[in-house]
Amino acid sequence: MGNTSIIIDPVTRIEGHLKIEAQVENGEVKDAKSSGMLFRGIELILKGRNPLDAQRYTQRICGVCPTSHSTAATLNLDSALGIADKIPDNGRLMRNLILGAAHIADHILHFYHLCALDYVDVTKVLSYEGNDSVLNSVKAFAERGELGPFVPRYEGDYRLSDEQNLQTLSHYVKALEMRRKAQEMLSILGGKMPHDASIVPGGVTEVISTDKISSFLWRLNELRDFIDNVYLPDVIAIANAYSDYFGIGAGCGNLLSYGSYELDGRKRLFKQGTTDAKWKLGELNIDKIAEQVKYSWYEDSTSGRHPTEGETIPKPGKEGAYSWVKAPRYDGKVYEVGPLARVMVSYASGDALVSEKVDGALSSLNASSDAMLSVLGRHLARALDTKIVADSMAEWVLELKPSEPAHVSFEIPDEATGMGLVEAARGALGHWIEIKEKKISNYQCVVPTTWNLSPRDDAGNPGPAEQALIGTKIKDENNPFEIVRIVRSFDPCLACAIHLVTPRGKIIGKYRVS
Amino acid sequence: MSSIEEYPVIWLQAGSCTGCSVSVLNSASPTIKNLLIDEILPGKHVSIRYHATIMAGQGKEALDEMEKTRKGAKGKYLLVVEGTIPTAEGGVYGAIGEDGGKPKPFTTHVANLAADSLAVIAIGTCASFGGIASGSPNPSGSVGVGKFLEDEGISIPLINVPGCPPHPDWFFNTVVDILLRGLPDAQDLDDYKRPKAFYGSLIHENCPRRPYFDEGKFARNFGEPGCLNELGCKGPVTYADCPLRRWNNGANWCVGAGSPCIGCVEPGFPDDLSPMYEKLTDETMPKIG
Repeated sequence: MGNTSIIIDPVTRIEGHLKIEAQVENGEVKDAKSSGMLFRGIELILKGRNPLDAQRYTQRICGVCPTSHSTAATLNLDSALGIADKIPDNGRLMRNLILGAAHIADHILHFYHLCALDYVDVTKVLSYEGNDSVLNSVKAFAERGELGPFVPRYEGDYRLSDEQNLQTLSHYVKALEMRRKAQEMLSILGGKMPHDASIVPGGVTEVISTDKISSFLWRLNELRDFIDNVYLPDVIAIANAYSDYFGIGAGCGNLLSYGSYELDGRKRLFKQGTTDAKWKLGELNIDKIAEQVKYSWYEDSTSGRHPTEGETIPKPGKEGAYSWVKAPRYDGKVYEVGPLARVMVSYASGDALVSEKVDGALSSLNASSDAMLSVLGRHLARALDTKIVADSMAEWVLELKPSEPAHVSFEIPDEATGMGLVEAARGALGHWIEIKEKKISNYQCVVPTTWNLSPRDDAGNPGPAEQALIGTKIKDENNPFEIVRIVRSFDPCLACAIHLVTPRGKIIGKYRVS
Repeated sequence: MSSIEEYPVIWLQAGSCTGCSVSVLNSASPTIKNLLIDEILPGKHVSIRYHATIMAGQGKEALDEMEKTRKGAKGKYLLVVEGTIPTAEGGVYGAIGEDGGKPKPFTTHVANLAADSLAVIAIGTCASFGGIASGSPNPSGSVGVGKFLEDEGISIPLINVPGCPPHPDWFFNTVVDILLRGLPDAQDLDDYKRPKAFYGSLIHENCPRRPYFDEGKFARNFGEPGCLNELGCKGPVTYADCPLRRWNNGANWCVGAGSPCIGCVEPGFPDDLSPMYEKLTDETMPKIG
C-alpha cells in the first residue's frame, strides 16, 4: 500500500500506441493520465489533393475501423457536392450494409480478442480432458511451453469456472473465424477489407445482383446465429462472474451520439443527441464542439476552436502536456462516445426497439439502467448494438433491387464546405471539408478516441477514460486488472485519435525536442 | 519435451493503422489460429513473442518479453515491422515505452531489434516504402524500414510485403517459404525486394476487365461495365496478383466491386498514384503489350 505510480506503456490489445499512468494512494486511483504516443498527420497530407481522394486517404487513418472513415468522408463529400439527398436507395442500403458488417467484425474482435484475455484463464486448457479438436490443439500448444503471445499476463483475478473458461476459450477461436466472415461479407459489397473500395460520393461503385444478395445474406445468417447464441450469452456470463464491474469505471456520465445508418426518409436507426446519467435526452448542436489543447503537445493559442476553425501547431515537450490526443468538449463539458452512448441516446429518446433490448438484458442480469455507466455496461451496450445492427441488416439486404442504380453522378464544385457525421464502431466520428479551386483546402476529423481517451481540458477536467479510472480501487498493484479492464472497455483506437488537424493555410511550427 | 522447432517472431507496430494485422487475421487458409497455435508446417511452429494487438501482457512485462527474445534468440528471430518509421525531429512522433525517463522512439526499437534479427519482413506499404503517412508534405518524416536501416548503416536481410494492406497470403507464404527453403535469394525478389511470386505481374495483365480495354470499351461512370481506365485505374502500373487471388477468401477485390485499382502496393503510393480517380496520362501509362 502507500503511494505508487502505475505506468502501463504500451497498453496492448487496443489499436495503436497508448500509455496510461495512474497515481494510486492506499489502493485507490487518485489521478490518471491517458497519453497517445503516435502522430502521423493524415489531414495535412490531404491538403491540396483531389477531394475524392479523401475517402481513400482517411480510411488509412485506421485499419480497424476504415469503413467508418470511408463512410464519414463520403457523407462529408456528398454534403459538399450537394448530392446528399440524391443517393439512390441501393447506394444508401449498400453503404449501411458495409458499415454494419464492419461494426459486427469490430465488436466481435473487441470482445473476444482484445478484451476476453482479461477475464478468461487460457492456462485452464491444460486440464482439459475431452475430444474437442480445437481445445486439444490449444492444449498441445500450451504443453509445449512456448506460450507467446498468451503469457506473460496479469495473474490472479480470473473468476470463470473451469467449464466456462474452456467454453469461452473455444469461442475465442470460433470468434476469429466469425470476424473474418464478417469482413468477407463486407467485401462482397465493399471490394475488400481492410480499406474498403466501393463507397464513393454519390453512392457505391458495386452493382448489386441476386448472387451477391444471397452470398451476403447467408454469411449474415451465420453471424446472427453466433451473436444470439454465443456472443450475447458470453457477455452475460462474464457479467455474472464479474458483476462488481457494473460498479467500476463509470466515467463522466455524459454521452453523445451522432446517430447512424440512414433509413428511408432521412431518419437514422440510432438517434442523434446527448444524454446524461438520468437518461435525459438532449438535442445535439454541432457548433458547440470545440477542441482544447492545454494538456496536449500543441501550441496553446490554438485551443478552444470548433473543428472547422481549428489550427494545429505541434509542440512536443510543452510544459504540462502529456498526449498527442486533443481534448474535444461539447458545450464545454466532458462527453463519452461509443456503443454505450449510441444505444443509450436512443434509449433516452424512447426508441422502442432499443429500449426493449436494453431493458431485457438488464432484467436478465437483475441490474438497473444506472449500471450501464460501467465497464460491463459498455460491453453489454456493444453486444446489443451488434444485435440491433445485424437484425436490421437482414431487412436491408432484402430491400436491395438488382438492376437498379446505386450511384448518382456529380461535379466537383470550385468552392464548397461539407460535414459528414457517422457512428464508428467505437463512437461519434465527424469529418469536415473545405474545397477551394476544386481541391481540398482544409480537412478535419474528430474521432471517437479523441473524445474518450482525451487528456485534461483547459479547465483541468480529466477526459472520460481518465475519469473512469479515478476513484477505482486497485486490489493488486502488481496486477492492476481494474485499470486495463476499464481502459479496454472504451475500445481505444489511437491511430484514429491522433492524425493532426490541418492548419488553415498555416505552416506547421518548428520546435525542438525537449 | 517435443521435437517441434520454434521460430520466434517479434511483430512491432510502428506508425501503423493496424490494417496489416487485421488483414493477416483475415487469412482463411491457414487461419490465424493455425499461425498462433498449430504447426504452420509439420514440426515447425511460429512463436509470436510480441504483437501488441493480440498479446495478453502489457506494459513493462510485454516489453521485457520483447527484450528477452531479442537477446535470447539473437540472430534467430524474424522481425516483422508494420507501419511507417517516423524519423522527423529525432523520432519524436512515435514511441513505445520509456528509455531513461523519456519516450522510447520507434526508431530506437526498430534499429535495435533489426540489428539482432535473422531477417526483417516489412509488412505493408508503410513499412516497405513509407506509405500513406509519407505522402507530401510527409509531416512525420516517415520512411520505410529499408530506407531507415540503410540510413542507420544496419545491414540485415529484408523482404518487403507491401499493400495497403497486403493480402494475408502474401505474408503467410513469405513466412512459409522462409521455413521451407530459408531466406529468399536475390532472384526471388524484385527491385523493391518484393517476392516475385506475388508481385510479379501487372494487375492489368490478369484483369477480368482487360478484354474491355483491348476493345476500347471504357466505363465513364461508377457502376458501368467496361475497363476502369477512365475512372483512374492504376492496374496498368501496379504489380500484384489481386485479380487471380482475389480478397477476403475470394469474396471480391477492388476492381471486382467496380472500384479502380489505386496501386497500393507500389513504392510511390500514395503520391505517384494520386489523384486516385483520374486516369493515367500518356506519360504515366506504360506501353502495354
